[in-house]
Amino acid sequence: MFNIDRWQEIFDAIAKNKLRTFLTGVSVGSGIFILIILLGVANGFKKGTEKQFSRDAATLMHFWSGNTSKEYNGLNAGRSIKLTIDNYELIEKQYQEYIEYKSADYRRFGMTFNYKDKSGSYQFTGVMPDRQFLESADLVAGRFINQKDYDQKNKTIVIGTQVSETLFETHQQALGKRVQVNKIQFVVVGVFKDPNERENERVYLPHSTMLQLYHRERQGSSFLYTLHPEERYEDALAKSETFAAQVKAKLQKIHQVHPDDPTGIRYFNSVKNSKDLYQLIFGMKLFFWVVGILTLIAGIVGVGNIMLIIVKERTKEIGIRKALGAQPKAIVVMILHEAIFITSLSGVSGLFLGFLVLELIGKNLQTDFIYQPSVNFSIAISTVILLVIAGVIAGYFPAKYASKIKPIIALRDE
Amino acid sequence: MIEIKDLYKSYQMGKNVLPVLKGINFSVQKGEMVSIMGSSGSGKSTLLNIIGILDELDQGTYHLDGLEVKNLNEKIAAQYRNKFLGFIFQSFNLINYKTAIDNVSLPLYYQGVSRKEREERSLYYLEKVGLAKWAHHLPNELSGGQKQRVAIARALASDPKVLLADEPTGALDTKTSYEVMEILQKINNEGKTIIIVTHEPDIAQMTKRNVELRDGIMISDKRIEPVLAKDYV
Repeated sequence: MFNIDRWQEIFDAIAKNKLRTFLTGVSVGSGIFILIILLGVANGFKKGTEKQFSRDAATLMHFWSGNTSKEYNGLNAGRSIKLTIDNYELIEKQYQEYIEYKSADYRRFGMTFNYKDKSGSYQFTGVMPDRQFLESADLVAGRFINQKDYDQKNKTIVIGTQVSETLFETHQQALGKRVQVNKIQFVVVGVFKDPNERENERVYLPHSTMLQLYHRERQGSSFLYTLHPEERYEDALAKSETFAAQVKAKLQKIHQVHPDDPTGIRYFNSVKNSKDLYQLIFGMKLFFWVVGILTLIAGIVGVGNIMLIIVKERTKEIGIRKALGAQPKAIVVMILHEAIFITSLSGVSGLFLGFLVLELIGKNLQTDFIYQPSVNFSIAISTVILLVIAGVIAGYFPAKYASKIKPIIALRDE
Repeated sequence: MIEIKDLYKSYQMGKNVLPVLKGINFSVQKGEMVSIMGSSGSGKSTLLNIIGILDELDQGTYHLDGLEVKNLNEKIAAQYRNKFLGFIFQSFNLINYKTAIDNVSLPLYYQGVSRKEREERSLYYLEKVGLAKWAHHLPNELSGGQKQRVAIARALASDPKVLLADEPTGALDTKTSYEVMEILQKINNEGKTIIIVTHEPDIAQMTKRNVELRDGIMISDKRIEPVLAKDYV
């Protein structure tokens, strides 16, 4: 119920008791502020660790083909199996709901790259735009191959830092330069750096361009996927194994490979090796949840404590009000109303201040273990609401106690 | 107006029971101005607190304006205090962050009177105690006598049936004491029932009836011709 008189009473009390209001506000606001920073750092820590420990994406699944080693349906062993883009598109269509990122690679080795008088020999890989997320590579300049490059079969390339260092002065200088590969000119659109040094000697171009320039057939030498992430290692492993087995069976069937053939269709599931990472992330999440909850409890106790002090300080005033005819309910409402108002206001201020700090400092913070700390807005808002509700509950008991104070005791001269 | 029969009251002091009032019979008619005298510990303030429904009696009966005051819950007690009683305290008990007019308005706020009417009525009573000019000052900008006059205006604001004053001049010098008494006499002459607890004989002389307590028993009760405070001011 909106009661203008009650609001006037509250504002009166707030305006005339600036120090009390200020102190309450500061303690609640700083509590929320610290909580937001903590959540942000926890998040940054998690992201940083994930980055540190993942060479390639932790859930990467890699499929490739080789020569058959078993006779099947009257076909000889030793047959060379070639995966095609049609295979790739079929799998993509059938397992859409499992797949997060996907790419079909086609590699050519030992291509010579020339820029002015400099040259080098590197692996040349046709990729799809999602490839960027399948590697843990970071772009140090420019951009990755995008959908437009792929659709228009552009002659654009993204080069590894090693390639860039050999051909150019700086990574930034590489952008927009034309590099010659076997008489065909490609424009450098980006430079990437992979934690795995070996991978920095690669050059990526759109898969479609690769096929058009070097192959008539719609070939793809390997397929890469990541699946939608799971919270628990066991779930992630089970899901990835099911997916891998199904895809393998499908490819074997298409290419008439014996189901038990160990070499015709092969795959590597990196989820298997990511157990430590999952455990680390889980442990960290647990740690920060515990710290967060403890901070929250401390905040609640703090609010309760402030409420108790406020009630103590206002005992005499409450006695006077009761002698003048204030009912117990009016006292409870008066104290809670003011408390809710101040805690909400300062809570939201602390929230925004926390966000501001994360936004200003967090964006630029990239140490080894903390990467771009940030906070989920809805989590932050719910924390504030929780704290205000908890504060009200914690404040209710002192307020109730205050409403029961006998005016005669409250008015007794010290 | 007030009917008290066989009133007993004692306080628990640790393990000992300390009897404070031992069988008081006391009644006050409408329009009276009564002073209750006694040395400290005689039980005079306790009696006033019971009359003011700030404290509860142990034994006996108490009727206020025909209604029996007995085992009231906080809510009803608050209603009775608001409707029937106005309080004046020795230490004024003004809310220090509210201006004079807001202090006077407070009982009306708890009656649910609209803001505009509260202000009009409060100003009327402040004028009555001669402080209309000071309406928007905070208590710490006022002298002791002025504070007590604000408290009187506040006690009057809800138009109570009985005004209860506990040592209203206890914190004031003689001159201001008489000024306050002059106001109380004026209010009494307009028909308001007033009960004053005091230990100062000259203040008691300015009321119409003297009651004296000693060790929880009423030892005298006599009507007198009040000394007019304005002759001394």
